[in-house]
Amino acid sequence: MKRLEALQAIYAQLEQCVVVTIMGAVAAEMQSLGHRPNFFYLQHGMGLASSLGLGLALCRPEKTVVVLDGDGSVLMNLGGLTTLARYRPPNLTHVVFDNESLLSVGGFPTATSTGSDLAKIAEGAGIPRVSSVRTLAAFERAFGEALRAKALTTLVAKVDAVGPGAFVTDLGLLENRFQFKRWLGER
Amino acid sequence: MPVSTENSRLIYEALKACGVRLASALPETWLVHLIRLFEDDHEVTLVRLAKEEEGVGLSVGAHLAGVKSVMLMQNHGFLASVNGIVSVAQLYRVPLLMLISQRGGLGERDPWQTEGGGVSEHVLRALRVAYDVLDRPEHVARRVQQAQTLAESSLRPVALLLTRNLMWEEAT
Repeated sequence: MKRLEALQAIYAQLEQCVVVTIMGAVAAEMQSLGHRPNFFYLQHGMGLASSLGLGLALCRPEKTVVVLDGDGSVLMNLGGLTTLARYRPPNLTHVVFDNESLLSVGGFPTATSTGSDLAKIAEGAGIPRVSSVRTLAAFERAFGEALRAKALTTLVAKVDAVGPGAFVTDLGLLENRFQFKRWLGER
Repeated sequence: MPVSTENSRLIYEALKACGVRLASALPETWLVHLIRLFEDDHEVTLVRLAKEEEGVGLSVGAHLAGVKSVMLMQNHGFLASVNGIVSVAQLYRVPLLMLISQRGGLGERDPWQTEGGGVSEHVLRALRVAYDVLDRPEHVARRVQQAQTLAESSLRPVALLLTRNLMWEEAT
């Protein structure tokens, strides 16, 4: 499955969610589908998207928070999975797109290409709901279930190591940050 | 353990007076009472971290959600957080209130603490993070408030260094 197809499949459901993405391909592809004020793109600070999502989920328990993470980022903050599991906000869905590669910086293979299993790591960390999918249909189903489950979920989606041609978009980092905060403040 | 309960309470009350509702922490000897006060306070969400840099993510999430927060850590926790401070808090102009126990200064008996204290102020300056020192109980309320005010107005990280004179009751 391609990550862009996976994003497209859940795009409509993200309209009512508080969404945090990681940098690079994920942020660029989301914006190519159409930016919304409830999408925050963490364009640096690799590994911290899940921690940021945890902060949002704990502070706004009535909102559904979705973090769109990646294997390279999660591998930089594996301890963060234990913190997610410890506080297990039921309103947080943590999607990890695993392309086994640091695609945005030239495609260097990550440890998931040599057998490290992020779903098993998440399970071992104590995340209450974990699933791993390889097809678009399974992803769509698992994402819908995660939103309805009312339990912290990590959903690992194996995707092809392909992405957009360019990563810089015309949405400024600060514009995105202030717009997102204002959107959340009004709701 | 001669960590000052009285001064820990002063810091806690000052942070509460600033409206702090989320605290992230990694335990360190000088912070035990302060962390326990937050743990017992149901108005505040205490998040115990695996590594301090996560605290930057937590605080940024809290800020975007309209909640004031504080990071409680030691020198080495601050050093472990530097990338998050630069690449999230500073890049996205997010206020970050950091309370850092300043180990490794005069009177330090633990050999393993003697390097981190020496570099922390240099690193804060290199990062252009405004900071002040909390050395005396009578300064706590005012300086905590000032730090919070500047963090919010500048939309940048601000640090307060908690010294041995404030946190530790033995002479050496």
